[in-house]
Amino acid sequence: MIQILTRALLAGFLMMGAAKAENAPDPTNWPGLLEQAKGQTVYWHAWGGEPRINDYIAWAGREIENRYGVELVHVKVNDTGSVVSQVLAEKTAGTLDGGSVDLIWINGENFAAMKREGLLLDTAWANKLPNFQYVDVSGKPTVVNDFTVPTDGLEAPWGMAQLVFFNDTAIDSEMPTSMAGLLQWAQANPGRFSYPQPPDYVGTTFLKQALYELVTDPTVLQQPVEQADFEAVTAPLMAYLDKLHPHMWRSGRAFPQNTASLRQLLADGELEIGFAFNPAAASNAIANNELPDTVRTFVLERGTIGNTHFVAIPFNANAKAGAMVLADFLMSPEAQLRKQDPTVWGDPTVLDVTALPAAERDAFDGLELGIATLGPSELGIVLPEPHPSWMVALEKVWLARYGV
Amino acid sequence: MLRHIPALTLFFLIGPVLAGLMGVLLPAFGLLPSLGGTSLTLDYFHNVLSTPGVLRSSVLSLTVGLVTTAVSLAIVMLLIACWHGTKFFKSLQNLLSPLLSVPHAAAAFGLAFLIAPSGWLMRLVSPWATGVTRPPDWLIVNDPFALSMMAGLIAKEVPFLLLVSLAALPQSDLRRKTVLAATLGYGPVSGFFKTSFPLIYRQIRLPVLAVLAYATSVVDVAIILGPSTPAPLSVRLLQWMNDPEITERFRASAGAMMQLGVTALALLVWFMGEQLVRKGGLRAINRGHRRFADQALRRIIAVLAVLSSAMVLLGIIVLGIWSIAGFWRFPDALPVSFTLANWSRQAMGLETPLQNTLTIGLAATAIAIVLTLACLEQEARSGKTATSRALVLLYLPLIVPQVSFLFGLNILVLQLGGKANVMLVIFSHVIFVLPYVYLSLADPWRAWDTRYAAVAHGMGHGANRVFWSVRLPMLLTPVLTAAAVGFAVSIGQYLATLLIGSGRFPTITTEAVALASGGDRRVIGVYALIQAMLPFIGFAAALSLPALLYRNRRAMHANG
Amino acid sequence: MSEPNDGLTLKDVCILLDDRPLVHVSAHVAPGDVLTIMGASGSGKSTFLAYVGGFLDRAFSGMGEVYLNGVAIHDQPAENRRVGILFQDALLFPHMSVGQNLLFAIPPEIKDKSERRHLAEAALKEVGLEGLFDRDPATLSGGQAARVALIRVLLSAPKALLLDEPFSKLDADRRLSIRRIVFDLAKARNLPVLLVTHDAEDAKAAGGRVIEPLETAPAPKP
Repeated sequence: MIQILTRALLAGFLMMGAAKAENAPDPTNWPGLLEQAKGQTVYWHAWGGEPRINDYIAWAGREIENRYGVELVHVKVNDTGSVVSQVLAEKTAGTLDGGSVDLIWINGENFAAMKREGLLLDTAWANKLPNFQYVDVSGKPTVVNDFTVPTDGLEAPWGMAQLVFFNDTAIDSEMPTSMAGLLQWAQANPGRFSYPQPPDYVGTTFLKQALYELVTDPTVLQQPVEQADFEAVTAPLMAYLDKLHPHMWRSGRAFPQNTASLRQLLADGELEIGFAFNPAAASNAIANNELPDTVRTFVLERGTIGNTHFVAIPFNANAKAGAMVLADFLMSPEAQLRKQDPTVWGDPTVLDVTALPAAERDAFDGLELGIATLGPSELGIVLPEPHPSWMVALEKVWLARYGV
Repeated sequence: MLRHIPALTLFFLIGPVLAGLMGVLLPAFGLLPSLGGTSLTLDYFHNVLSTPGVLRSSVLSLTVGLVTTAVSLAIVMLLIACWHGTKFFKSLQNLLSPLLSVPHAAAAFGLAFLIAPSGWLMRLVSPWATGVTRPPDWLIVNDPFALSMMAGLIAKEVPFLLLVSLAALPQSDLRRKTVLAATLGYGPVSGFFKTSFPLIYRQIRLPVLAVLAYATSVVDVAIILGPSTPAPLSVRLLQWMNDPEITERFRASAGAMMQLGVTALALLVWFMGEQLVRKGGLRAINRGHRRFADQALRRIIAVLAVLSSAMVLLGIIVLGIWSIAGFWRFPDALPVSFTLANWSRQAMGLETPLQNTLTIGLAATAIAIVLTLACLEQEARSGKTATSRALVLLYLPLIVPQVSFLFGLNILVLQLGGKANVMLVIFSHVIFVLPYVYLSLADPWRAWDTRYAAVAHGMGHGANRVFWSVRLPMLLTPVLTAAAVGFAVSIGQYLATLLIGSGRFPTITTEAVALASGGDRRVIGVYALIQAMLPFIGFAAALSLPALLYRNRRAMHANG
Repeated sequence: MSEPNDGLTLKDVCILLDDRPLVHVSAHVAPGDVLTIMGASGSGKSTFLAYVGGFLDRAFSGMGEVYLNGVAIHDQPAENRRVGILFQDALLFPHMSVGQNLLFAIPPEIKDKSERRHLAEAALKEVGLEGLFDRDPATLSGGQAARVALIRVLLSAPKALLLDEPFSKLDADRRLSIRRIVFDLAKARNLPVLLVTHDAEDAKAAGGRVIEPLETAPAPKP
């Protein structure tokens, strides 16, 4: 107990010292930044619901401690929105430096909101990090356009995600490959399909995925929703959901909370189709004893939504230099390779593997895919995320029509 | 010094609550300059009221609160009326007491897995009895009428109310009254309700109101077991609080006020109900009916009580099985394989949360015990018993919904320039720990035979010596029990730990909630067991320490 | 050997409940004498003792002057009055051994540890309880506990002794012997004794003056 108290006191002193010593760190002067970062403690607020991701973060912490003398504390959160709230509360209260959050795992509407409200460190730092040179900007445009919002170097890409579906092939081997097919399947298998309840992020993604296939001109989705006739654009989607819901699990009167409970319901045999925002989700669940090893992944023929997840630094972060060191390390070929290893996490890299030095390229190529993971070529077309305002609007209309 | 402690204590409890309420009251009316809210407006209340389903959510919260409280109270009172003094009652009491230490969320998870169509109960009887190999599509958990949510809450509140009632029994002279009523020809139920109930109820009224307030604003149990289309108000409120859309803060603040209103309305309805029961009760007493279906009721109540405790117990057992489960699919009654991997994986990350949990819990409990003892001792020395008005104030933190004031308190702490530090977290826990500690300690403390003090004073010993050498050691068991209760309350704190600590002081509970969002029952099982184990160890220590210290003093361990 | 001021003097001691007088006593008790106050239960006689001892419940109010060996004690806190008290229950502190109960009573002026222990052992011997120093009070018989309570109060070197129905819970055999011991030892120490009882036998055994101080009809105990 005394040990903790002294540690807390020490950390307090360090924070005060650091807050005074540090101005905006400059990533173009990397050796200087490393010097600045040494001895800092980085509080990284990151979703903590997945033990294997937590383990990966713990590994990254050990590495940057050993290499750069930067301590990492993983603040496990259950909802990134609460971190945005926290930074906002600090801004509200006038805490302009020495804030409690140094780095956030973030993307999409959370990023859009923080960027709009000036809650992020407002210098372009991410694209000046040394390892950014390996990031596949041309091949993976979402690494600099987060849900169509330009990142402007305010967040550093960490991993790629794509919506994939999975099912137990021991029960049913014929899976739909389109939204229309899904409706037919649900009619034939009542009570065996559901999606997480919006505003859960994956649940809303399902709505966007359906919208993509049902809308006549998908390009409107790239513009803010105000520029389109929302009602007209979403009318086919609403008609579709009206038809789908009666055939869904619990007749659409209850929904799984999130992708995790969706997976759990698949494991319980209540549902037959699961989906997640990580191509390796099914393989991970099999390795975790959560799903039977007859589960396989599938995608839709017209493509599925893909995006990038990032790390960002709040405007009032206390250990900005340390946070940049961590963000850079997370982008390094070594850390990215480990992250993509399905026995560790299986999260696809943001790097351009073909442009890496030969040894690292070979290491990436040599990675075994998980038993139920599709190879890059099998994942099919990646659909870009719609503008974040669509997400907000879809959530609102869904709540009014189906959520009450 | 001692003279000022009661005032200081009330300040500690009420100050943060009021300050926190101000912190959401102003934004609710549009005042939050740093977000551009500079003019007074009712827009955000309109905004909340026009949110789809918000009335339904409020009605849900209200109903859940009232039904949960009424049913729990009825079960407990009938249980005492029908079974008090029997062997069955004693064993039920022993069964229920440890359930107090099971956190609400863990109990809810356990229950959810027990009663779901793919849950353990169904697995136990499938397919041999039901014939199903795939779980049926029944809406049990998350049902729109919140029945499973109420069941979960009732199962957790029954042990709580039972224990508070048992503490009130000695003062109400139950046995003599029942015997007396019986000689007049009253059956146990009518006899109890016409003689003892009014006295017991007066003693446990505040805890009952705390249960009511809690049930109208509970978040975790509502998320796990409650309906979601729409969810109870507290859950939606939390969604608005966490919405990245920053202007949602205003709506969330107005929503927090609305939650406060719903809780207040529930209390009002309850007060009206009290009046009705009082009037009806008096009339019933005057009519003098002697029997009230006693035999049938006795059995029903026994079944209900056993059922409610069995639910929690089985839920914990099944979570324990999940924590060591390998692959386990429907309809197998048990996993096909077992593994300790989940435990060993989590064990590595446990050190810091465990340290924090213990530091914060022990410190908050110690502060609460010292303040409570100081208040009670001051009361004893001055001869002024705390009036019931002051006691209501003590309960304020338990009656004002946490979601309504913690966000405001967070902003206040930040505004005062307070960096997240462990002391602030500890004090935020004291707000919730102290009322429970006071509640558990006040009665045994006041029930102490003051003639012991007279004897000691006659020997020439002053008040301090009497306190340290006589009263405190004699009341060691209730003091430690109160400490264990306080420790359990501290362990259960989620929002306070997270908000006031800016997430920097992960505890078992904050980790459990974060990991629960991953939905893996194995991980949830590990944390639920640890969460339940810590308070249990506290209670065990509270009972065994005096037994050890006073192993040669028989009078010190009769009835604990 | 005794001066006229020595002993316990009560001047117009009056106990009030809700402004209603319950008891009214004026008396002098010389050292070695017993004054018995007789009355049914609920007559306020225990309350009267509480006033003299300084631990009156707030529900009552008392007035009047109490002098001990010529010194006014009615405005002193209980612990400074040096007035020992015995109740109908022995009230041995249950968390202490018999010996610790006795040591707790011995005045702090006696500092030497072995002397304190010696005093306690000698007192036990005096009432025939040799060797019970380390016993758990809860294992004593009613008569033994009463004797320990008696020597405990005497070891605290009081200047007066108050007895609040101290024999009423003992069975008939023990009552006789305990009563004898109590009065003998109090007399031997030359203490003024106030006894309240409803038992005429007690009053007779005490041998001193008996008064029935009721001014009004018995009031219910709060």
